[in-house]
Amino acid sequence: MHSFGYRANALLTFSLTILALMCAMASVSDNLNSQSPTATVQVLNVNRFQKKSNGDDEVGITLDISADLQSLFTWNTKQVFVFLAAEYSTPKNSLNQVSLWDGIIPAKEDAKFSIKTKNKYRFIDQGSNLRGRDFNLSLHWHVMPKTGKMFADKLVLSGYRLPESYR
Amino acid sequence: MGFIGDSIDSLKSINVRQAFEQAITLGMIVSSALIIWKLLMCVTGSESPVVVVLSESMEPAFQRGDILFLRMGEDPIRAGEIVVFNIDRREIPIVHRVIKVHERNDTNAIDVDILTKGDNNDQDDRVLYAPGQQWLNRQHIMGRAVGFLPYVGYVTIIMTENPIIKYVLIGALGLLAITSKD
Repeated sequence: MHSFGYRANALLTFSLTILALMCAMASVSDNLNSQSPTATVQVLNVNRFQKKSNGDDEVGITLDISADLQSLFTWNTKQVFVFLAAEYSTPKNSLNQVSLWDGIIPAKEDAKFSIKTKNKYRFIDQGSNLRGRDFNLSLHWHVMPKTGKMFADKLVLSGYRLPESYR
Repeated sequence: MGFIGDSIDSLKSINVRQAFEQAITLGMIVSSALIIWKLLMCVTGSESPVVVVLSESMEPAFQRGDILFLRMGEDPIRAGEIVVFNIDRREIPIVHRVIKVHERNDTNAIDVDILTKGDNNDQDDRVLYAPGQQWLNRQHIMGRAVGFLPYVGYVTIIMTENPIIKYVLIGALGLLAITSKD
């Protein structure tokens, strides 16, 4: 009964069970963390605003983003993926979400930041509906754990109205 | 000889009734694995509830060999979510993040255009899509990632890259299942 094989099997099973339990506990412990992130975003300038040759509107803007996401980090956090999305609705589409800027925060020390940037991804509408259009800016984050469940949430920030005419 | 000798001895002592019993045990193991997989499919609503990350395009979030747990659900797909999608005429599904969503006015949520990008890639995924394809639609999406387990999937990568290890492992497990008496 107490052959090498049985003992190796028992040891392997036991250590894998303990490891799985520890992973589960680490993931559950994320729920105990209280989060209080803050952020502000300003549209500094509309650099260009035109209709592309295929008829879609395109905007280029400069953004000022500052945020403090340090409270999102726990001992089970590998990284936080943060992105700024413009959200608006048009007669054609009930919801448009366009990611304008994103970044990966690898450590808690980097989670308090302030940057001025042009939009990293092209802000293009499906169609020509952006003149005089109001859009919401919201900062989303996705917390990547070292193991276990992923978390995501967002802060809805100031809105902005695009100019009435192309420039 | 210990373990190996015992195995050979017990192989010799197999009679017909025992052989049937072992075959049934083996069948039970295979079918319960199948039951668990199918049950996971029902619970998560995704046609493949667990996937192994094969590329480096989502680093540092996901590395090669990490395991992702997927869910489909009725919720609409939103920017920032990590989705697994299938391109027509491309066999291996891709795990990337949604960066743009355009949802049509119609009440059914199927009418949605999605653009994805890998965190570690410089460009969005239009280069990966089928020629001329600008957007993903709901039917391309197999699930969204909700949970994460590091390293575990590396076993399957090793086994697909070295089939010999796979056959040796399956053979050893089969032998163990046949010869074990409990």
